[in-house]
Formats: sequence, C-alpha cells, structure tokens
Amino acid sequence: MLSYIIRRLLIMIPTLVAISIISFTIIQLPPGDFLTTYVAERNARGETVDPTEVESLRQRFGLDQPMYIQYLRWAWNFLHGDLGHSFEWNRPVSSLIAERIPLTIVISFSTLLFTWLVSVPIGIYSAVRQYSWVDYLLTFIGFIGLATPSFLFALVLLWFSYAYLGMSIGGLFSPEYLEAPWSWAKILDLLQHLWIPVIIVGTAHTAKFIRIIRGNLLDELKKPYVTAARAKGLSEARLILKYPVRVAINPLVSTIGWTLPELISGIAITAVVLNLPTSGPLLLSALRSQDMQLAGGFIMLLSFLTVIGTLISDILLAWVDPRIRFGAREGV
Amino acid sequence: MNRDQKKEQKYLDASTRQLIWWRYKKHALAMIGLWFIGLLYFSAAFCEFLAPYSQDRRHFDSIYSCPSKIRIFDQEGRLRRPFVYGMALDVDEETQQICYKEVTEQRHAIRLFVTGDAYEFWSLWRSKLHLFGVDSPGKIFLFGTDRMGRDMFSRCLYGSRISLSIGMLGVFLSLVLGLILGGISGYRGGWADTLIQRVIEIIRCFPSIPLWMGLAAAMPPHWHALKVYFVITIILSLVGWTDLARVVRGKLIALREEDFVLAARFVGAGHARIIFRHLIPSFTSHIIVTVTLAIPSMVLAETALSFLGIGLKSPITSLGVLLKEAQNVTTIALYPWLLIPVLFVIVTVLSFNFVGDGLRDAVDPYSR
Repeated sequence: MLSYIIRRLLIMIPTLVAISIISFTIIQLPPGDFLTTYVAERNARGETVDPTEVESLRQRFGLDQPMYIQYLRWAWNFLHGDLGHSFEWNRPVSSLIAERIPLTIVISFSTLLFTWLVSVPIGIYSAVRQYSWVDYLLTFIGFIGLATPSFLFALVLLWFSYAYLGMSIGGLFSPEYLEAPWSWAKILDLLQHLWIPVIIVGTAHTAKFIRIIRGNLLDELKKPYVTAARAKGLSEARLILKYPVRVAINPLVSTIGWTLPELISGIAITAVVLNLPTSGPLLLSALRSQDMQLAGGFIMLLSFLTVIGTLISDILLAWVDPRIRFGAREGV
Repeated sequence: MNRDQKKEQKYLDASTRQLIWWRYKKHALAMIGLWFIGLLYFSAAFCEFLAPYSQDRRHFDSIYSCPSKIRIFDQEGRLRRPFVYGMALDVDEETQQICYKEVTEQRHAIRLFVTGDAYEFWSLWRSKLHLFGVDSPGKIFLFGTDRMGRDMFSRCLYGSRISLSIGMLGVFLSLVLGLILGGISGYRGGWADTLIQRVIEIIRCFPSIPLWMGLAAAMPPHWHALKVYFVITIILSLVGWTDLARVVRGKLIALREEDFVLAARFVGAGHARIIFRHLIPSFTSHIIVTVTLAIPSMVLAETALSFLGIGLKSPITSLGVLLKEAQNVTTIALYPWLLIPVLFVIVTVLSFNFVGDGLRDAVDPYSR
C-alpha cells in the first residue's frame, strides 16, 4: 500500500508541473502584461506615468526577462505561497484566494455527499425494480436534471423563488452574518443557505450516478453468485445489500477524480448566478478585467485541488478494492 | 412458411444496419429525441424563412412586449381564423410598470407565406417570404420581445442555429483530434501511448469551465464576431477530444490483435490503411454514440460561456447570448419570457441524450 501511494505521488509531480505551465500560459495569453494595463488605467484617470517608473517596475517584477525565467520565478514564488499581486484589488492574490477557496471546498464536498446520499438508494431501487413505473419516473427526472445545466436551473429557481415565494435566494450568508466572525450561529446560517447551491449543482451528478449504479447493479444481479445466495435462502434485502451493491457502488469512489473538476466547474458558474462568495465570481471578474495574476492563481489552485482529490480517490479505491494495488488499472 | 418462420427469416436476412434500426425504434424516448433533433436542425437551417422577423429588427413601440396570445374566438365568441389583437402601451397601476394591453378593436389575422423583412437565404438568394405573419400594422411575438423590442421567437431560432452549429463543428473538430491521437495511442502503443495518455489525464484535471473561461477571456475584445465564434469552437474542442480519444484507443487496443488485422498486414496494407479501412469501420457505431453524447455538452459549454459574457457576443446571437439578458432576478421576474431560450437548450440536450442512449442500446444488435 505504501509503495502504491509513493508511486502515485511521484506520478503527480509531472502532472502538477504541466498544470502550472498551462496556467502560466493563460496568464501570458492576453496581449501586453499587467504593467500595460496599469499604465493604461492611470492614463485613463488623467495621470501621467513616468517612463522610468514603468521601467523600474518592469525590472522589479522581472518582466524584462525571458519567458522561461519568468515562469520559473512564478513557479518558485508559488511554491512559497506567493501567488503574485492582484492589480484590481491591490492585494496579494494569496489572501484573496484564501478567502474564497475554503467555501468552494465546503460546497464541493457537501454536493458530493448529497449526490451519493440521493443516488445510491434511488439507483438500487430502480435496478431492483427495473422497468417499473417508478424506475421510468426516476430515470426521466434524472434525465431532466442531467439536461438542465446548473446555471439555468439556478436561474429558474431564482425566478421561481422571487416570483412565487417573494424571497431572494442568492448568497451564502444572511446579511447580519456577512461580516461577522465565525461562530456556531454563523455556521448554522451557512447551512441554511448551503442547500440551494448543493441541490442545484448536485442534480446533474445525481442523475449520472443513478445511471451508473443502476447499470452496474443490473449487471451484478445477473451473476451466478446472486442466484447461489438466493438458492441458499438469504433474505432478498440482505442478499442485495451485502454483495451486489458493494460491487456496484465502487464507481462512486473511482469517479471522484473526474467528478471533482465537474463539480468545481458547476459551482463556479452557479456561484455567478447566485452571487455566492466562492471562487467563481472572483475568477470571472479577474478574467474580465484581465487581472491575470489572480485568474492564473485561481485556475492553478483549482486544478491542484482536483489532482489532490484524484489522489485521495485513488488511495481510497486501492484500499477498497485490493485488485487495484497489484494489477494495472485500465481506464475507469 | 408460417408467419413466425417468415419473421425469423426476415431477421436472419436483415443487414446490421437494419437490425440496429429495428432495435432503435423500440426505444420510445430515443425516437422522440430523434424527432426533436430533426425539428431543431430543420428550424435552424431554415430560420430566415420560419422566423416572422429578422433577428435584428427592432420594434420601437413594443419594447419588452409580452408573448402574443393567438386567438380563434373574437369578442362576440364567433369562430375566426387565428388572429392576434393589437397591443397598446399601458401602465400597471399597482406596480407602476409599463405593460401592454390587448386592444380588442384591432384584430390582425395570422396568414401563411407573407412578405416581411428581407433576408439573404444562405447567402444564395434574396427573399422576403416568411412562413407566417400577421396583417400589418399588427405584430406577432410568439415569445414576446426583449429590451430593444426584438422578437424573441425569431431570435431563439437564429440563436439555436448558432448554438447547434457550434455543437456540430466543435464535435467534428474533437472527432478529428480524437481519431488521430486516440488512433496513434491505441495502435502504436509504447511511448506515444504513454505520452498521449498523460496529456489526456492532465487536460482532464482542469475544471473545464474555469479553463474555458481563462482561454476565452484571453481573446482580444476587438476581434470580429466570426473569429470569436471559431476560436470558441476550437477552445471547446480542445477539451472535448479527450473522451473520443479514450474510446478510440480502448477499441483499437481490443481489436489490433484480431486475425483480420494480421491478415491485412500480411497482404501488405500500410498502417494508415489498416486503421482507417479495417479498424475504424468496425467501431463506427461506438464513435457515433460518443459523438451524439458529446454534442449536448458542447452546446451547454457555449451557452455557459456566452451567458457569462466571455463567449460569443452580439451581433452574433446564440442561446447563451440571449440568456445573458436574463441574468438578474428583477429582469426575470418582470419579463419571464426572456427565459424561453432555456427551453431550447434543455430540449436540445435532452434529445441528444435520449438519442445517444437509444443508439448505445441499439448498436450491438446481436446482444440479447
């Protein structure tokens, strides 16, 4: 097990390097660098900018050096927790991100938990009662959840709650807790608001998981060991829950790797609609104002989180399913 | 021969394609999906003709007009040919909001094949013919109008043309990339395989929307709308090809050891010929399924990007651009018909999913 984890950690390194190169490229993509934006902004305000000042700034930020040196500098600083400086906010990027990332993580994990809790029972039920009208109904609802992109669902929900319930459902905190320090009351308040984004982002994935579990369980139920267990006289509930279900829910763990990026994507855009204080809206505003240091930091960190999430899921999977530790793992 | 035997014989004689079609037809939802996709693409192809107005035509006297009600009974309860009432500006006393009221004295009959706004059909010929319209000075807004008084129904048709074509074009690009890279990866194996698989893994690590946002935001704002359209399509397919490449690779690995490949090699067929003439045709159906399921995610991605304001921008009209108008709660609460493009997105995505599902069940006609 330990050697497996070490191997996985070593594989992670080139992935992280590649991600950092892509993130850095995105930062560099817009024409000009942040100093050009800075100068243009000050000119727009009617201030004259001294060319020598620009030159000294250019030297200070290392913008006069070749691209790969700039990249190495950026990556080196990144490793030391310095993600650069946001020109839009005039604050270090790391402090801005630190405010937003934890809530993104909280929502991601609550959503993951929600999808599991909902999809496992439904998946089991619709597999055991295949082609019953409940199965059809659940499949249909699942499809609608899958087809409605989360931000559209959020829009419709916004409209519905505003038009019929007369309340606005945006945000993650009530106004009185917005600036308050963390306390039990604030956490309770957060939980009261959290379910809306969780349901909105969760529905799409719930549908997907229901289909996976249903399909897997249907395959398992046809296998001889189920017949054997039934012949031995095991009760139907025990028979299904104890053996086939345990195999069928394996993908829950093995798909964390690609579920996490999708969840983060879904949250990013839902957050813009619902105006949640997560990374999405800040990333969007950073991209709109070409505050690329902030944007690149976000993209990089969100991808890092995904890689770490994948690592955890791989370790979990190896722990749950011993075949993986020894054999080659062919595409999940 | 009795009937059962005839049926049996017909089954045995049927080509694979026929068997797939028979199985597919049994899937009710998939058939419905197919009809809807047909309808959507038909209306996207002929939207100039089907839309009563051109997409940029502003009706200055009907800003934020609510959807017209089509009636067949007039005030006296007599049956008439379908008509709409004229609309007059009014102020709601309760909310002080501008709204429109039907003027029952003005009846405007709906007619087929009327002349209206001029358009250039597929840049081939100019025409003024529209499928339907009302007697002037009446106006028909099936889905209401937006803040510039543009007909939402016409704009939805034009918008779905752009959104659907992005789906097709994007999937085509990712199909090309996926076939080439997945093909090399699965057929060659070795270091090429390892390299391509690593690249795929890295791309899949990125949360797609933030990555798309980053790439899309890097586009200079002064670019021409058409250029933006193509670049957005390329950006979407840059991420989308990985799924296809995995399918192609998996299938190639399974098939490359088959005897018919060995036979082809013995008679001196080149690698490209073996891949494109022998291997790929044997799993075309799987590729079609993957492609069908990839189109809706492209449409959704475009909608999401345009909705956030970093994808397509006006003057190009896509479903996402239309939804951008419906971004805040007050707009939605006052003018809920601005949300109608959502229905187009949902119907598109659902239909493609149903069709893909039906195909997946049908492509293996010998199972069961």
